[in-house]
Amino acid sequence: MLRRLFKDIQGEILAIPGRLIALIFFILLFFIPLITQEYYILFVLILVNIFVIFAVSWDFVSGYTGQVSFGHAFFFGVAAYTAALLNKYLGLQPWATIPLGAIAATLAGMVMCLPALRLRGPYLSLVTLAMPLILLGIIKAFPDVTGGEHGISGLPALSGSRMSDYYITLIVMLASVFIMWKLTDSRSGMVRTGIILHAIREDEIAARATGINTIRYKLFAFIVGGFFAGLAGGLYAHFLKIAGPATLDMTLSFQVIIWTVFGGIVSIYGAVVGVYVLYPLMELLRQFNVPVWPGSEIMFSDMRFLIFSAMVIAILLFMPEGVAVWIRDKMERQCPRCKLSNASWRRTCRACGASLY
Amino acid sequence: MFQAFVIQALVTGGVYALLAVGFSLIFGVARMVNLAHTSFLMLAAYGMFYTTYRLGLDVFTAILISLVATIIIGLVSYKLFIDRIREHEVTVMLITLALATIFQESMILAFGAHFREAPTLIPGYAEIFAVKVMYQHLLTIAVVAVVLLGMWLLLTKTKLGIAIRATAQDAEIANLMGINVSNILLVAMGIAAALASIAGIVVAPLWVVFPYMWMSPLVMIMAIVVLGGLGSIKGSLIAAFIIGLVEVAVVFYLPGGSFLRSAIALLVMVIILVVRPEGLYGIVFEEERL
Repeated sequence: MLRRLFKDIQGEILAIPGRLIALIFFILLFFIPLITQEYYILFVLILVNIFVIFAVSWDFVSGYTGQVSFGHAFFFGVAAYTAALLNKYLGLQPWATIPLGAIAATLAGMVMCLPALRLRGPYLSLVTLAMPLILLGIIKAFPDVTGGEHGISGLPALSGSRMSDYYITLIVMLASVFIMWKLTDSRSGMVRTGIILHAIREDEIAARATGINTIRYKLFAFIVGGFFAGLAGGLYAHFLKIAGPATLDMTLSFQVIIWTVFGGIVSIYGAVVGVYVLYPLMELLRQFNVPVWPGSEIMFSDMRFLIFSAMVIAILLFMPEGVAVWIRDKMERQCPRCKLSNASWRRTCRACGASLY
Repeated sequence: MFQAFVIQALVTGGVYALLAVGFSLIFGVARMVNLAHTSFLMLAAYGMFYTTYRLGLDVFTAILISLVATIIIGLVSYKLFIDRIREHEVTVMLITLALATIFQESMILAFGAHFREAPTLIPGYAEIFAVKVMYQHLLTIAVVAVVLLGMWLLLTKTKLGIAIRATAQDAEIANLMGINVSNILLVAMGIAAALASIAGIVVAPLWVVFPYMWMSPLVMIMAIVVLGGLGSIKGSLIAAFIIGLVEVAVVFYLPGGSFLRSAIALLVMVIILVVRPEGLYGIVFEEERL
């Protein structure tokens, strides 16, 4: 058993540079609180962990089935508001409200499917865009129950201390990312969903022709994606102790798409890289109170959205497949005979010995 | 009350129609969802504000400068950023969104995130059927009617219009027939930007001018265009007046309506799409049907 595990690690992780880097990175994340315990750094990293779950769930719904959802904040906001309302009126604590919020978001995913499964392409994108905005209108129209513009504040904190908050979000994040990565792994022998979702994205009609019930798998993608986005929403509400209209905002829906496409769509780890690079970068720019040129009144921190957008445009024009995928393609090469990934500095495939050139 | 409602519905529907026709045109011809479309409205409104209040120019020069500047910005951004990645639908949406953010942030840096106002083109009001109607409202309705009529004539009666419609139907065949498709795309982009900036110039005095003013009309015109059927200009025209009517009716007759107006308009869109997934006048190709 142990020997098998050791062999798997050697064959599947150490031999592929991309996975080795991912492993080292995730191990490092566990040691960050030992290096620094500064309040602000941990605050940013906790939010990054939460948004990683959110971005990866968008990749799961939209990247893998090819149905670009513009309203992913719907799940996030439904879960945040459910958690907040359950706490406010029933007095439930975070360990109960967060899973219940995620379940509410799953139900919301089913509701969204009713129109979404009949539509495709731009029509689907725009209907999903409408969903959170409709809910937002309803929330603002009943301020007595939902707090209107100000949202519901005064929720109990996730846990007592910042460090335990960090470990909770980190472990939930790792578990969610691992589950979604396994569900979308097209070469997995255990779960077939990965290869089926790939098939639906590439050619839905061909997938139907081979006897796949594509409707069922799209529903599945919406439910799983909704659940994890809801998990992120519940964590967010309890971490910031407030559930407000910002959780349903259009900017949040677009933000998640930008993170994912920046890192690389249809690749789970791309979404992780996107959030880990872009979110701290924005926070860094916010702190950067230096004039653009000496004596000017405009600070770099005022220009952060401008810089951010310009960077997004540059990335999309020159690396349309995303940063993480671009780097991986530089480091790894697929064996033409057995389709195994190899480090790009190898001359022959590590398994079958075929020449890689 | 009822007369005011009719006027307001006509104005809102008309402005949405101007925006939606441009959006629909560029989608039909270039198959791109241009999320920066309404930011041309914002740019034109700021152009009016800047040229009249800051530079002190008269209204007609101001209109000319705003219109031309917005069209140039539209064409340049199309040529530089969108043209080469036109085939990737999602990438186009993200780039146009980033462009809209850049326009918005530049306006914040240049003028601050304050509420501004633009000059009314014709001050004063008339009394029609015992209600006061601002001349600006009448002017908006007239401009919308003239521009839409002009668009209809352009698309049906001129060679350019026929080339545009041919490209929208099938770009490859149009190319084989000797139509310069990339020029047609550029022209369509220019027309779309012009329609958006005309809308911006006429509504700038009626709405508040501020850097985020592109967001809510963007959502509404996307609802309209989807409702009418993507790429169908007739459909988006009819849908613009349906959505405008619903929105104004909600504001006038429902308590708390100003919060619910976009929610209910969007709900109408979702319901119609569930009944008719291709929109009112959308085209469904047989192989695309599920």
